[in-house]
Amino acid sequence: MSDALSDDASGGDDGQEDVMTPAELIGKLEEAWLNEKFSPELLENKSEMGECVMEQLTHMETNLQRVRRGDVKASVHRMEIDRIRFVLSSYLRSRLQKIEKFFPHVLEKEKSRVEGDPSFLSPEEFAFAKEYLANTETYLKAVALKHMPPNLQTVDMLKAVPEPCLDSFVFLRVRERQENILVEPETDDQREYVVDLDVDSQHLMRYRAIAPLVSSGAVQLI
Amino acid sequence: MFCEKAIEIIRELHRMGDGQLPAFNEDGIRQVLEEMKALYEQNQSDVNEAKSEGKSELIPTIKFRHCCLLRNQRCVTAYLYDRLLRIRALRWEYGSVLPTNIRFHMCAEELEWFNQYKKSLATFMRSLGGEEGLDITQDMKPPKSLYIEVRCLKDHGEFEIDDGTIILLKKNSQHFLPRWKCEQLIRQGVLEHIMS
Repeated sequence: MSDALSDDASGGDDGQEDVMTPAELIGKLEEAWLNEKFSPELLENKSEMGECVMEQLTHMETNLQRVRRGDVKASVHRMEIDRIRFVLSSYLRSRLQKIEKFFPHVLEKEKSRVEGDPSFLSPEEFAFAKEYLANTETYLKAVALKHMPPNLQTVDMLKAVPEPCLDSFVFLRVRERQENILVEPETDDQREYVVDLDVDSQHLMRYRAIAPLVSSGAVQLI
Repeated sequence: MFCEKAIEIIRELHRMGDGQLPAFNEDGIRQVLEEMKALYEQNQSDVNEAKSEGKSELIPTIKFRHCCLLRNQRCVTAYLYDRLLRIRALRWEYGSVLPTNIRFHMCAEELEWFNQYKKSLATFMRSLGGEEGLDITQDMKPPKSLYIEVRCLKDHGEFEIDDGTIILLKKNSQHFLPRWKCEQLIRQGVLEHIMS
């Protein structure tokens, strides 16, 4: 795969803080894609990575133009471009679907974010989410709410739209050893239940218990 | 009984499974809104009476009517919001031009919402980098093969593929085309993927 990319190896990654090889970039894309797909909530925004992938795709397309028509290499590289584009599209689609599904909560989270904390929405996603909210509110007002009694003309979106279910179960594979992960807190009936997670072990757990480990990269959702 | 019409419109929508969009039940909504108006006005007069004449026995009735009002509001917004979700799915299924038979089932405000939605989506996709952005409504399935055999189901006119060749899509003609070019046409029902 890195053939097509190494034809123009200097492209795309120059000027980045930590230069990644194209293979590493695609690896990161696939990890982000799987995490986003299986996580019940919207994960941190990785738009820089997305932009790098777009750049790589453009480079690959350009290289492909230079290959002699009918050369077998061209089909293989074409497939590779298609695969990468599929993963990127699927990643962005997952995010967009979650943004639409949880739009008031996503916006609230971003608005109450402290400066310096990682953002969950790219500027473009933020604009999209705001437009989605405005569009939906305008629609509901125009069709029904404005015809209702005065005290019922608004709907609290934060209450009306369900929040992501952080207690849903997810499959994960451990990348960095973790100790004392709290699975069940201590209650009157039971002692607290903690586990140690060994590298390369796979588990099925409540998302809530391991959410911070997903964002730190210590576990990979599968 | 109050709120019956509200439940009825929800049931009607729920009956149409598979994301289909039935016709907009304007009449149903209107009836629910009228019931809400009547309930509210009765409550207004009862509240005034309770205040001025100290008739506190009216309060349970007032509370009951208020609950019905809230339920009606909730049912109506649920009905409308569920329709929006189905309409949103249409953009991903059919592209930015909806078939006329579906458009007939939408009220004017829904069409407006759809137009705004597709504009937002287009702006977002254009911003994704590169010259024209990335159309994420394409590539819905992982690519299996480069070229696919397709049959044309209706006349679609000329179609240009990447290397400049122009193909004439006439009804019943068969072609061997790049998969990524055909996706949207297959979803729209213009082409049919022939699997041997």
